[in-house]
Amino acid sequence: MEIETLKTPKNDPEYSGAPEEKSKSPYQLALRRFMKNKLAVLGVITMIIILFMSISAPLWTDHDPEQTNTAMIERPPSDEHILGTNSSGQDNWARLLYGSRISLAVGFSTMFVTLVIGILFGSLAGYYGGKVDSILMRFTDLVLALPFLVFALTLMAILNNVSIPLFILILSILSWPNLTRIIRGSFLSLREQEFVIGAKSIGASNSRIIFRHMIPNTIGPIVVNATLMIAVVIIAEAGLSFIGMGINPPTPTWGNMLNEALSVRILRQHWYTWIPPGVAIFITVLAINFIGDGLRDAFDPKSNQR
Amino acid sequence: MYKYIIRRLLIFIPMLFALSVIVFGLAKAAPGDPFSTMLDPTIDPEVYEDRRDELGLNDSIPVQYARWIGNAVQGDFGESIVYNSRPVMDLISARFWNTVYLGLVALFFTLIVAIPIGVYSARNPYSILDYFGTGFGFVGLAIPNFFFGLLAIYFLAIKLGWFPPQGTVSGSDVSGMKEFFDRIHHMILPGITLGLASTATYMRYMRSEVIDVLGSDYIRTAKAKGMTDRVVLYKHTLRNALIPIITLMGFEFGVLVGGAVITERIFNYPGLGTLFLDAVINRDYPIVMALTLIFGVFILVGNLLADIFYSVVDPRIRYD
Repeated sequence: MEIETLKTPKNDPEYSGAPEEKSKSPYQLALRRFMKNKLAVLGVITMIIILFMSISAPLWTDHDPEQTNTAMIERPPSDEHILGTNSSGQDNWARLLYGSRISLAVGFSTMFVTLVIGILFGSLAGYYGGKVDSILMRFTDLVLALPFLVFALTLMAILNNVSIPLFILILSILSWPNLTRIIRGSFLSLREQEFVIGAKSIGASNSRIIFRHMIPNTIGPIVVNATLMIAVVIIAEAGLSFIGMGINPPTPTWGNMLNEALSVRILRQHWYTWIPPGVAIFITVLAINFIGDGLRDAFDPKSNQR
Repeated sequence: MYKYIIRRLLIFIPMLFALSVIVFGLAKAAPGDPFSTMLDPTIDPEVYEDRRDELGLNDSIPVQYARWIGNAVQGDFGESIVYNSRPVMDLISARFWNTVYLGLVALFFTLIVAIPIGVYSARNPYSILDYFGTGFGFVGLAIPNFFFGLLAIYFLAIKLGWFPPQGTVSGSDVSGMKEFFDRIHHMILPGITLGLASTATYMRYMRSEVIDVLGSDYIRTAKAKGMTDRVVLYKHTLRNALIPIITLMGFEFGVLVGGAVITERIFNYPGLGTLFLDAVINRDYPIVMALTLIFGVFILVGNLLADIFYSVVDPRIRYD
């Protein structure tokens, strides 16, 4: 806990003796709590660095990540190839940098698609209740019961040569239920609250109530779960690409870089080929989880039991 | 409670049906038919049509579905395309127990690590071991199991030589007790890899559950009655704190199944996961569909058991 200092309007925004100071909005309060969480701030800084490296990838390497070179196969690290080369003679460092783009893009886009589906289905089910709710929820339960990886693999087996957008769609189709249930849950409780009933009574339209009143009040759980979802998807993409059923080479992703380690020889002798992408996934997921946990505590201080 | 269990069972049946329809639909959506790889492409189209008729591939979709599900219920999933037309069920039963054993080793590892550490950190919050446990929780949830598996092989099997890097048994010459221990030895690394994420999850749950229970009134009453710490811990705290863990186990079946596919691949472990993955890679649809259905049923049953268990042990829960 922070050491309590003397309360003055300057160092304490909640200081009640300063009427001229505007009181903080819930978002500002959440932000303040978030910034106090060291792990969460560390996560944000890490993610900013990773995103920056990813966007500015060409600044850090001159190699083309997809350029194969039969004369330079499985070379150890050198000045030219900082992390050596893989079994196709591609530069590992370049693949690590450019691979982050695909891994992160898949993570963020899948999160975005599930968010759209989740808000749509979740708010319909939670707002209208009754038949709409039970039909949507049975459907959600069913998809939730499908083993994620098994169904993803089955779909990959049926659809030959999956493109990246299709891959994102597959991941989204299998991962929307969680968010949908969470949004539906909070809508069910919000529906009964006075401000919603009030809005209804003055004749606000359904879409206005959903988008202007209910979603802003659900923003905490939505943001937290959407954030954590990115981490789950990054691991899922990496896992599928790792076993060769995700995004296919030569496109670099962290997952298919790790795929090289399925060869015992590379696993044994060329650690610089497979350890860096694994560590990259680990750090990214850890950072996102820190941010997610920080957001949860920030939006809902009561949840902080740790 | 009984009303809830009956209602829950009634939901289970349409879910099973829907699952089977989805799997069947996927099988139908798969390109080609069993012959596209089996038959000589120069074959007379009439013979081809006759063969299709014989196998019922020209029947209406509902008829085909009824036949397929009828056979599946009796354990007949047709023949593998790749493995010399061997019955799918034979291939599955040959590997079924390997995966079950692996799952049990993973579960054993998960429970013996997660419960004691979880309980300890709850009773001694902010102690060194608690911080260690929290750190382990973060790492265990963030490290992908395939990367952990590779690291385990690289450091523990290759560099240190403590464990065999892959397979189930060292050779055909070992037998008896020696074989038993050899098999266990082979299962330790894959078991830990498979159980890692659950270990982290259970530990976190255990910690917060025990903290919750320890703060409750009945524990204070028990202590006030003069019960020893030991009795309070085992008789009152653990019993209640374990409820969510057991429920969680029912819902974790899916994680276990998905994890098994990847873990078995890394360790070249001959279980259902490798069978499934090979079938996916070779587009051996009868095996893919059979295993998808079996895994799906497995998970539905797990969820069902978890829900029923929860309603039995905690009658306060009301469902609507």
